Amino acid sequence: MKHDKRHDLSQYPLRLEGDNVPMVRFQNVTKRYGSLTVLDGLNLDVAEGEMVTIIGPSGSGKTTVLRMLMTLETIDSGVIYVDGEPLTHMEKNGRLVRANAAHLRLIRSKIGMCFQHFNLFPHMTALGNCIEGPMQVLGLSKQEAEERALELLDLVGMADKRDQHPSRLSGGQQQRVAIARALAMRPKVMLFDEVTSALDPEVISEVTGVIRGLVDQHNLTMLMVTHQIGFAREISDRICLFFDGKIEEQGSPEMLLDNPQNERTQQFLSAVLEAN
Amino acid sequence: MPYLDFLMTYSSRFIDGTLITLGQFGLAALVAIVAALISGLMKMAHSKTMRAIAIIYIEIFRGTSLLVQLYWFYFVLPLFGFTLEKFTVGFLTVGLCYGAYGAELVRGAIQSVPRGQWEAALALNMSPAKRMQRIILPQALVAILPPWGNLMIEILKGTALVALISVADLMFETRQVNNNTYLSAQAFGTALIIYYIFARFMVTPIMRWLERVMARKIGRT
Repeated sequence: MKHDKRHDLSQYPLRLEGDNVPMVRFQNVTKRYGSLTVLDGLNLDVAEGEMVTIIGPSGSGKTTVLRMLMTLETIDSGVIYVDGEPLTHMEKNGRLVRANAAHLRLIRSKIGMCFQHFNLFPHMTALGNCIEGPMQVLGLSKQEAEERALELLDLVGMADKRDQHPSRLSGGQQQRVAIARALAMRPKVMLFDEVTSALDPEVISEVTGVIRGLVDQHNLTMLMVTHQIGFAREISDRICLFFDGKIEEQGSPEMLLDNPQNERTQQFLSAVLEAN
Repeated sequence: MPYLDFLMTYSSRFIDGTLITLGQFGLAALVAIVAALISGLMKMAHSKTMRAIAIIYIEIFRGTSLLVQLYWFYFVLPLFGFTLEKFTVGFLTVGLCYGAYGAELVRGAIQSVPRGQWEAALALNMSPAKRMQRIILPQALVAILPPWGNLMIEILKGTALVALISVADLMFETRQVNNNTYLSAQAFGTALIIYYIFARFMVTPIMRWLERVMARKIGRT
């Protein structure tokens, strides 16, 4: 299906202003693959510094939320705002139009992402992975980039592996390097897409420990998709449960996990907790 | 005439021819690499015009005979006012012909780089050119080297055809020796061995060495 022609962009603000501008806003966002509607009129605000976890059965559109925000997927209707500015659109003659490549690059610089399969660059060392973006994109000198990268590799406990290629690192180690790589770009929003799903059980805590540290130390806004309900409960400010491309229920971890209102939420949680 | 005497007598001709063949091979390989890279990338471009140009090039040079292409460049283009040195016509045509085959290898190698690499590079906000140059091409290079080794051997053997537009390469000199002596077995036997030695003991080991170096660079040792 083509971009919805009836879709009227004039109902969306050119930018978000006021006291409580969210760091991320999905406003009426719809995503379709052919006739399949993956996300259906999603409305979601994430406040600055907030940690929001998205859970839900596979195919519920939760990973798509992160991928749209990283601009890895286009959207079919609605507008996504980051830090008050439209991401998917831009202002032209007082109206919103589809964002061009330059605008996407400008807004995208506020967002960093970690992937389920790490996606480290295999032809670069751990340090090389972490200085690539700062040098090639931000224009830092090698020395500045290395200083920044080493600080972050130290933060994730990988400073001693700085000269190793990814193929020499375990999954947990690779994911920690990937977190350092994303942080080296100094994003305002970090996205974690099932970052522990491809890991052996015994190394999951390496990665969750790093993310826990970020929650404590930094004023990062974070969006995380995970299947680890226990971890989500521990670090999230809010948990959103997705079903069929919509938020079925959301709230604080205690509210959602201990006292779910919705029948489908209860069913999903009991199934997941049984599997865990 | 014993073979050793034959070699002694005509060695300078074989050596001259071999040097020309090596020159033709080296320059043709260079042309092929550049042509394959450009047309391979163009074939993956968003722009329809770019893709069309790449496809026309690939179809013409892959779909017609190298010998006919040589004759076109050497005998027909001058009729339209383009006259090139025969040595230049030789390596240029051979390079463009095999570059068209190489284009498909380039495209395949680029597509063999996992999607996740593109996505990670985009997540770092790298521009399309930087993504290609810094992340995708270095990895595609590792994938392309083994099939490219075959193509290099094809290029070496393909240069024998430039003798037919009188470039004084190994094949040309061999035919001259044959015409002078009628010692066909010795003359063409010598050429056979020289081509084999270069393919087997020069091109193949160099490509293998490159494969090892690149594998080490990517940390797959």
